[in-house]
Amino acid sequence: MSDATGPDQFTGATPDNAIRNAERSDGPMLAADGRPLKRSLARALRAQKMRALMLIAPLLVFILVTFIAPIVDMLFRSVENQIVSETLPRTVVALEEWDPSDVPDNATFAALAYDFMAAAERREHTRLGSRLNYETTGISSLFRQTGRSVDDVGEEYAEQFIALNAAWEEPETWATLMGAASWVEENSGEVEGAGTLFQLSPTARDAFPEAADAYRSFARTIQSEDDDSPMAEEPWNTVYLALYRDLSAGYATEYDGPMAELIAEAIPAVADFEGMTPREAFEAIDEEWMNLQIWGTIEAFSDPFTAGYFLTSVDLQLTPQGVEQQPEEQRIYRLLFWRTLFMSGVITISCILLAYPIAYLLSNLPTRSSNLLLILVLLPFWTSLLVRTSAWKVLLQQQGVINDILVWIGLVADDARLALINNQLGTIIAMTHILLPFMILPMFSVMKTIPPSYVRAAKSLGATNWTAFWRVYFPQSIPGIGAGCILVFILAIGYYITPELVGGRTGTFISNRIAFHISSSLNWGLAAALGSILLAVVLILYWLYDRIVGIDNVKLG
Amino acid sequence: MTSDQTDAFVAFDRVQKSYDGEVLVVKDLNLHIGRGEFLTMLGPSGSGKTTCLMMLAGFETATHGEITLDGKPINNIPPHKRGIGMVFQNYALFPHMTVGENLSFPLEVRKIGKSEREGKIKRALDMVQMGDFINRRPAQLSGGQQQRIALARALVFEPELVLMDEPLGALDKQLRETLQFEITNLAHELGITTVYVTHDQTEALTMSDRVAVFDDGRIQQLAAPDTLYEEPQNSFVAQFIGENNTLQGTVSKMNGDMCEVTLADGSLIDAVPVNVSAVGEKTQVSIRPERVEMDPNRLTPGAHTLKAEVKEFVYMGDIYRTRLSVAGVDDFIIKTRNAPDQRRLTPGEQIEIGWRPQDCRALDA
Ligand SMILES: Nc1ncnc2c1ncn2[C@@H]1O[C@H](COP(=O)(O)OP(=O)(O)OP(=O)(O)O)[C@@H](O)[C@H]1O
Ligand SMILES: [Mg+2]
Repeated sequence: MSDATGPDQFTGATPDNAIRNAERSDGPMLAADGRPLKRSLARALRAQKMRALMLIAPLLVFILVTFIAPIVDMLFRSVENQIVSETLPRTVVALEEWDPSDVPDNATFAALAYDFMAAAERREHTRLGSRLNYETTGISSLFRQTGRSVDDVGEEYAEQFIALNAAWEEPETWATLMGAASWVEENSGEVEGAGTLFQLSPTARDAFPEAADAYRSFARTIQSEDDDSPMAEEPWNTVYLALYRDLSAGYATEYDGPMAELIAEAIPAVADFEGMTPREAFEAIDEEWMNLQIWGTIEAFSDPFTAGYFLTSVDLQLTPQGVEQQPEEQRIYRLLFWRTLFMSGVITISCILLAYPIAYLLSNLPTRSSNLLLILVLLPFWTSLLVRTSAWKVLLQQQGVINDILVWIGLVADDARLALINNQLGTIIAMTHILLPFMILPMFSVMKTIPPSYVRAAKSLGATNWTAFWRVYFPQSIPGIGAGCILVFILAIGYYITPELVGGRTGTFISNRIAFHISSSLNWGLAAALGSILLAVVLILYWLYDRIVGIDNVKLG
Repeated sequence: MTSDQTDAFVAFDRVQKSYDGEVLVVKDLNLHIGRGEFLTMLGPSGSGKTTCLMMLAGFETATHGEITLDGKPINNIPPHKRGIGMVFQNYALFPHMTVGENLSFPLEVRKIGKSEREGKIKRALDMVQMGDFINRRPAQLSGGQQQRIALARALVFEPELVLMDEPLGALDKQLRETLQFEITNLAHELGITTVYVTHDQTEALTMSDRVAVFDDGRIQQLAAPDTLYEEPQNSFVAQFIGENNTLQGTVSKMNGDMCEVTLADGSLIDAVPVNVSAVGEKTQVSIRPERVEMDPNRLTPGAHTLKAEVKEFVYMGDIYRTRLSVAGVDDFIIKTRNAPDQRRLTPGEQIEIGWRPQDCRALDA
């Protein structure tokens, strides 16, 4: 409703009549038979909707591909953790039986040896090392160290097998022993490169489970990594270790496949073989393998999905004993989240305080002056964000303009210049300035629709200027404040550039940390988890806001 | 009811108003309103009615002149201290408050106690028959209901003076008539002085004690409704109020309180000289359609008559409306009562018309 008849509503020669006529004709249009009308209306609108959809289709596709999909991918990364189970598949299975109070058994170390050998050959162990290093420091170097020495594990057994019978040194012996008959036929003789993909013989798999598995891993790895044929390559030492373990465990006594006499010869001999157990072998490589914490970490992150990144994001950690607080000196994220929320709140409030009077002025000035003022308000939008932020650096630094003026006036001593930048204050000042238009505009658009007749009515009813403002004008301007708050707060909470440039160490936001993990530490999972939490916080606040203020009360224009 | 300067409750004294320093929107306004009087400001759009009201309410300041309320000059009193009730055209009910809170507002700012407030609110709502709506919000009320609430709110703090700026402008005809009646009744019952602004002349005539006809920033005539209708002081008022026939002519004879006017085609008529004083002056004579006689038996003996040709006959139920061509003017209207002995004219018919000389007024050209 607007007061059409107050003098300041005047816009043309006969202001009141036009509005009066317009209002007379606008009543709720109620159909006598509501439903059928709606249905035929819907049919008529469907074509329009299709057309509208086609108009937005290019943008929709663009956003889906370039925006939504990466976000979904990032969110997925925040829980995804297949790297452990993919790199160390046998170890992960073996660890299921592990009793966390003790160092794992030899079977687990053997599994680790087979896994590690393949991973080292594929150069995947360092990636896994860096991933697990996020959880427990030291794993990265342990893995690198182990990767260098893992091919020695089982060497003694290899030597003893060869000493028993030189045939064990021949690649073809192994290939014939382990390969499926058809594969052996295809690949014997002169073979170019890797040959066809290695196929395991079922007999061998039944007779020597570990050795067959280790050999297949060897065969396929050299085929894909080195383009070599298993027919021409002596197996890794770990394969000899596996065979030793199989034979000494009493497998293959009934074996009658290819090379049966070699096996028959070896079975009685292995009882006299000497060498380190897998566990001893790893202990020899690095003492750290006896550290329960390392194994705890591997076990804790062996699931393909993990809550670990999220726990880290709130300063918790996953240990074999369950979820625990991070050590005191490593807790930073909760503080950062809190600081981000707090500073965004302060920025929002300062924006309200600064924007309200301006919006009020804008909506009450005659059109010509208010347009000019509006241009001034929008001016910052036309300036690069970086330029504005850098300008604040110039203004706020210790030798900067503001400090100079304060010193010159005598308010501040020259040797006690104020620290206005590279701290929280700097971030708050610069961001309040940058986000101010987002508060002014919605406020302005709401205030513009409040007819002056309400305040006049209040005054004619005896209210003082202040009462009229506070009880009549202000409540009606709340939707504008609400809209501005949502905009500013949500923009502020995810702001990055300004805090990065003027925030120093104490004035940075969680987004700066996210950026750090994305581009410097390359811990994308953690970055994704932090981002997801930020998103959740925003959604929760939005929901709370809807409950308290009501989202219908928000007007953007 | 007339008031002289001394016992006027509201007085505009030589008031002028300009918004831009170039054009005077209100030019030399002198107006005295008696206590308890219902005065209507009537005039075309842009004639300065709202401006006058706003000056009285305190939302605009007079550029020149003085406004007094109950003998005290109010130029320097802020609006909220004037104690003037006001009904806005679009009611200006506070949308975020219920009806009860809206009515409570003027009482709260006057620091009236809760129980007394409740009593007053109830009385005010009963007065406009809206007692059941106390908990509704304005958006849940119809236009007429909002109007009543706005009225109740303007009256609840018992002001002595109430201003209403086209309060019924947005309502349909029937509702308007009901409310016109209610408003006048209330105003008279409570003895409130009312200044009422409207575009609608019927509204002005039926409701008011006196009507001030505005045009071009001036009061063209200030008089009781019947005087205004029957004795318009100038051609603007004659045209503006009610339906009116005008004929252009020149004064050819002045004899005391009567004069003779020669029309363009040379025919003569008698008229009361209102705005003419000398022979030879150009004039516009005005005759109300219902005062024109076509029955030769009822014409004043000795008065001039005119020949007329019937152009159009319209049956309107209670009356017949006939358009004639008279003395070269094609839109001369006469209205005759639908009575058993009344003749229905047919287009093309030649008749003789005339009127009592008192009913024909020679005004400014
Ligand atoms: N705020 C203003 N600034 C400048 N001129 C104005 C302003 N308000 C009104 N006017 C001028 O004053 C004149 C009188 O305006 P006012 O609103 O008093 O007319 P009104 O008689 O109330 O008309 P209506 O019947 O259309 O309401 C108008 O012609 C308009 O040009
Ligand atoms: Mg007006």
